[in-house]
Amino acid sequence: MGKVMLEVNNLKTKYVTRFKEDVYAVDNVSLKIEEGKSLGVAGESGCGKSTLALSLIGYYFPPLHYMSGEIIIDGKNISGMKPDDVRKNILGNEVAYIPQAAMNALNPTQKIIRFVEDVIHAHDKSVSKKDIYDMARERFAILGLPEMVLQKHAVELSGGMKQRTVIAISTILSPKVLIADEPSSALDVTSQKMVIKMMRELMEKGFIKSMIFITHELPLLYNVTDDIMVMYAGQIVEHGTAKEMVFDPLHPYSKGLMGSIIVPEEGVRDRKLTAIPGTPPNLKHPPEGCRFADRCKYATPTCRAMEISNIELPNGRSYRCLMSERKVREVYASEGL
Amino acid sequence: MRDFNNAKPCLTGKGVTKTFGFGDKKMNAVDHVDFNFHEGEFVSIVGESGSGKTTLSKMLLGLISVTEGQIDFQGKPRDISTNAKKKEYWKGIQAIFQDPFASYNMFYKIDSVLLDCLKMRGDGSLPYEKKFELMTEACSFVNLKFAELTNKYPFELSGGQMQRLMIARIFLLKPKILLADEPTSMIDACSRATILDMLLKLRDEINMTIIFITHDIGLAYYVSDTVYIMEHGKFVEYGPADKVILNPQAPYTKRLINDVPKIYEEWDLTTV
Amino acid sequence: MKNTIKQAFHSSKFVTGFVIFMFVLVTIFVYPLIVTRDPLEMVGQGNFFKPGTYVAVSDVVGTNSNYRLNVDTSAAKLETGLSVENRAMMADWLEKYGEVPASDIDVTDAESLVALWNEKYDPKTVIKGMTIAVRNQYMRLNNQIQHALKDSGVIIAEKNEETGELEEAKSYDGREFVNQGDLPNTQTFLLGTDNFGRDVLTELVAATKVSLGVGIIAGVIATIIGLILGLLAGYVGGFVDNLITFITNLFTVIPSFVLLILISYSVSESARGTTMVGILIGITAWPWTTRSVRSQVISLRNRDHVNLSKLSGHSMMRIVFTDILPYIASYVVMAFILQISSGILAEAQLSMLGLGPSTTTTATLGLMMNWATQYSAHTSGTWWAYFPVILVIALISFSLNLMNTGLDQIFNPQLRD
Repeated sequence: MGKVMLEVNNLKTKYVTRFKEDVYAVDNVSLKIEEGKSLGVAGESGCGKSTLALSLIGYYFPPLHYMSGEIIIDGKNISGMKPDDVRKNILGNEVAYIPQAAMNALNPTQKIIRFVEDVIHAHDKSVSKKDIYDMARERFAILGLPEMVLQKHAVELSGGMKQRTVIAISTILSPKVLIADEPSSALDVTSQKMVIKMMRELMEKGFIKSMIFITHELPLLYNVTDDIMVMYAGQIVEHGTAKEMVFDPLHPYSKGLMGSIIVPEEGVRDRKLTAIPGTPPNLKHPPEGCRFADRCKYATPTCRAMEISNIELPNGRSYRCLMSERKVREVYASEGL
Repeated sequence: MRDFNNAKPCLTGKGVTKTFGFGDKKMNAVDHVDFNFHEGEFVSIVGESGSGKTTLSKMLLGLISVTEGQIDFQGKPRDISTNAKKKEYWKGIQAIFQDPFASYNMFYKIDSVLLDCLKMRGDGSLPYEKKFELMTEACSFVNLKFAELTNKYPFELSGGQMQRLMIARIFLLKPKILLADEPTSMIDACSRATILDMLLKLRDEINMTIIFITHDIGLAYYVSDTVYIMEHGKFVEYGPADKVILNPQAPYTKRLINDVPKIYEEWDLTTV
Repeated sequence: MKNTIKQAFHSSKFVTGFVIFMFVLVTIFVYPLIVTRDPLEMVGQGNFFKPGTYVAVSDVVGTNSNYRLNVDTSAAKLETGLSVENRAMMADWLEKYGEVPASDIDVTDAESLVALWNEKYDPKTVIKGMTIAVRNQYMRLNNQIQHALKDSGVIIAEKNEETGELEEAKSYDGREFVNQGDLPNTQTFLLGTDNFGRDVLTELVAATKVSLGVGIIAGVIATIIGLILGLLAGYVGGFVDNLITFITNLFTVIPSFVLLILISYSVSESARGTTMVGILIGITAWPWTTRSVRSQVISLRNRDHVNLSKLSGHSMMRIVFTDILPYIASYVVMAFILQISSGILAEAQLSMLGLGPSTTTTATLGLMMNWATQYSAHTSGTWWAYFPVILVIALISFSLNLMNTGLDQIFNPQLRD
């Protein structure tokens, strides 16, 4: 068992809307990532996955508010720290964060090398520009980015190249955890593949110790991360290895989600796609019992009455449902799923 | 899979071109494309952003003019030179757009969308009870209850519900051709299947020709009979879905399929 | 729509602007109900009477209900009677010849100054080196002071019809008062009178109403022209767009104020009423409304709901009215508000140059400023003739701009928190 890089215990955060209403977007989330591992977070829009990303990096600027729970990065508890301190001391060297529109965050008037200098100087002012340049050149060469990119402006680069450059810059200090929120969703498939390839290289070369990859694209997640968590209405409903999650999901929501995967491969046309009726609950007033109960065809009155706890299986999987593993399999088998 | 070689052609095009800009900045967004869509055929046009698929769809709909080339509708050259002729053409071709939130006029109740359709069909003078019955029927086709939706504003509905209501609109109008421009890209995965099922149902029950425009080659493969692959304004490959996807010939198609993440086969990361 | 209005009232900026504007509006309509005098009636003979309550002198003398108050009135008389120049003279004498240290002299305290004066000054002493003229001047000043201090009262005499002699009828000393309420004729001019002897406050209220009217006429015209041209250019596109954009750019390049001056100049003075000035301002102010409406319409034109409306066979007019206008309505309202504000300012500027409405039957804010300037109110220290006008202009455009900013925060998603 490797060293734990990121541990999150019962994290609860909320954000406040323009009309001063509280939205409990991350509710009791716990997770653990070991060195060299990657974890995927899947879910539909509005399930709280982007809020989770911001909460994990301690980015508690309004409208996001921290409520309770612990975030421990490589043994260091950052959950009590001020957001400004987190930004100064943690972001960049301990945790790196890449949002979907990261490539648009590059100031068009500056050369790429300036951003590298900014990142390094934010943590250590004494490094000379020459050293930074050599360091950046070496890192870019390993990651397959041409050296001349360093001397260019952001507008001269294509979308995919920009996104890869941003990732390379954000991870230049070899952070413990990389949190990527839909880093490739705005790109075409070829650029997406290049971004994914680069992220894998970052892991293999040890430039990042662990990674959380957030996306709604399940086939992508399956190819990128070791483990997958499925998030629904602010809660983690199931957690398992990528293979288990895609081919043998236990929670009825995961089952529906995985049943909607479409890939251009032989035999796909003969499969029946699953659909989940209804819409997710309003997180301003989350239901007391199982949050999926209203859309679940196996729901019983008990599901709605009590809070559902996580069932942990011996092999490390866990899911949030009243049905036992055997019962779940029986139900699915009887429906031919 | 059906064979459409002998089916009646519904919409055909020859050398269809759209040019934007003047002089040096002149560029062909759609560059001399030929196509032949048959009655009851589920056609997909697959292309990445900037390939010209949206421009082509707007030309097919008659929303923008064709720079060059000819489009035949039901065997006769398409004539949309006057407003009256355009109106007549739009009885034969209708569309569903990508963003359900932008497809509705947010200042009007959703009833007005369906009432407009009835008016367009020529049922504008029916008594309200009869209209209500027709709208209820259309909504039940897409598993919605009209009684629950009436007097609501679009923003009170979810994206999936809005898109289904758009299909109910098509069900009322029953055009020959439905052009669906990325109808599922803004919708959650687990609502996607419902929309696709309904499009297939429209084809099966009303023998509608469906032109499905998408960037997702997997989706195109799953639903369509025929696939057209578009790159830089040109069709680089077309044919029956199984042939094009499982045995691609054009280098672009090969690359596109190769670069999409897989789950049953190995996704080869070394080829980029 | 209801929602939008509700949202607008959540913005503190909008509410502040709205309250100020409503205050102005209510004043405009309620004040004339209370003060029914014709705003341009020349109540005063002479110009620039200062603000205050005016009491008829004959009433004060003629009233029978007198009240004796045990109040020393000489101090107050001194306080208002001693001019700044006289005080300076006194201080000067005391310092030079009375040997009083400058630090002990307080010119703002008339009572102590006079006490000091009485103690030191002796008209008989001859000071060397002082010219007769200066000495006489001081003696006159001394007489004036002593006269004011003397509580001799006033004697009212009546002429005897038979003898033709004056006989004492009544006498008053300094401690006799009348109650203002007992006097039948008092006139209060809170802001004094202007150069023609007209009550400034009443005139100001009337002028604000007219100026707002000019602003609204200008705003309506500019917004209608801007909206129609913007819609045409944005929605129809192509040649129409190019033509309208060309004309708009042409008008933007020529400073509209210069254009306004030229047009106003060429309209004969007799035709230049307030409505005409409003129209003139309106037809020179539309270009930027056109530009912004056009860009909004262009972004809306390609929205799917417009395409869908086209596919439903709706006519262009119907699409413009139901699918485009409601979406830009909030924007147009904002532009309208700003046009009103700039219309009022433009009227004031034009009138200052003497190119405003040439009318003697109504006042506008600009005309009031113009009159005040022509009669040198700004150099004679009669602030009440122009300062309230400036304040009202500032208040109106401040409130309108505040409302606009508040609306902008609501409608422009980029400015939302």
